[in-house]
Amino acid sequence: MAVPRAAGSITRDALVISVAVGIFGISFGVLARGAGLSIAQTQAMSLLVFTGASQFAAVGVITAGGSVAAAVGTGLLLGSRNLVYGMSLGRLLAGRWPMRALAAQLVVDETTAMATAQEGVAAGRKAFWVTAIAEFALWNLGTLIGALGGEALTDPEALGLDAAFPAGFVALAAPQLRSAASRTAALAGGLVALSLVPVAPAGLPVLAAALVVVVVSVARAVASRWRAP
Amino acid sequence: MTWTAILVLAAGAYALKATGVIALGRRSLPGRVDDALALLPAALLVSLSLVQTFSAGSRLVVDARAAGLAVAVVLAWRRAPLAVVIVAAAAVTAALRAL
Repeated sequence: MAVPRAAGSITRDALVISVAVGIFGISFGVLARGAGLSIAQTQAMSLLVFTGASQFAAVGVITAGGSVAAAVGTGLLLGSRNLVYGMSLGRLLAGRWPMRALAAQLVVDETTAMATAQEGVAAGRKAFWVTAIAEFALWNLGTLIGALGGEALTDPEALGLDAAFPAGFVALAAPQLRSAASRTAALAGGLVALSLVPVAPAGLPVLAAALVVVVVSVARAVASRWRAP
Repeated sequence: MTWTAILVLAAGAYALKATGVIALGRRSLPGRVDDALALLPAALLVSLSLVQTFSAGSRLVVDARAAGLAVAVVLAWRRAPLAVVIVAAAAVTAALRAL
């Protein structure tokens, strides 16, 4: 169960995250242009794909000389965790279908993290939408700046921003790790994911973690049913 | 990267996101399934954080990011505001890299 957060902190948190996302957006804009995409194509990726990991991966494959098919495949593999997020957020985002269809486009790491960190459906929805709007705006603005700028305007790694995301995700997940079940799931998932890094393609380790969590949950359910028939 | 590829990637990315949201939006699931689903975001986010911190391509590494994450864990455990956690982690990582 998440702990209640102070009023106003949702907006502030969403903005902090989105500024970091925006700076990475600039980096993506530069990299995409470097991979040969036009400004329109670069912006289209950020508007339509709207998944940083997928976009960076796809552009990275192109830059490394890989095929377009490989770029799309890698991009989709890295977007696969959004499927899992969507399943967990589905109830939170219930509503009329046009709204759900729009919400679906915005299901990514950060919006999921912010939504699930709140206590209660109302706060969860607010967190989802505020984060989604800020992140979509700044990711795309950053992309545009990077695509137009041509040269690297900022270096996210020099600012330590690549550590900012793990830090933020852990902080947002922390309130949900109060039960033994959730800690077991996180530990099991984490160990499996890390052990697969050297041998599996990018995106697979985290997906495997999701599978492990499902298996652990099923095992617990079966075990408790077996113990008390 | 062709326009076709971008649109295929966009459509696929959206399909992945939408499957859960639209398929489960109206249903009410058995309690156990709901409980299992509720465990997933935090477990995934922790796994993602570990992978993002400790990998460089296909290699497991320990570098400045690990220090940033360690600081974040301590601050999060002490219930510091999210903004403080993020800025502190970035600052520690950047400082170590600048050395």
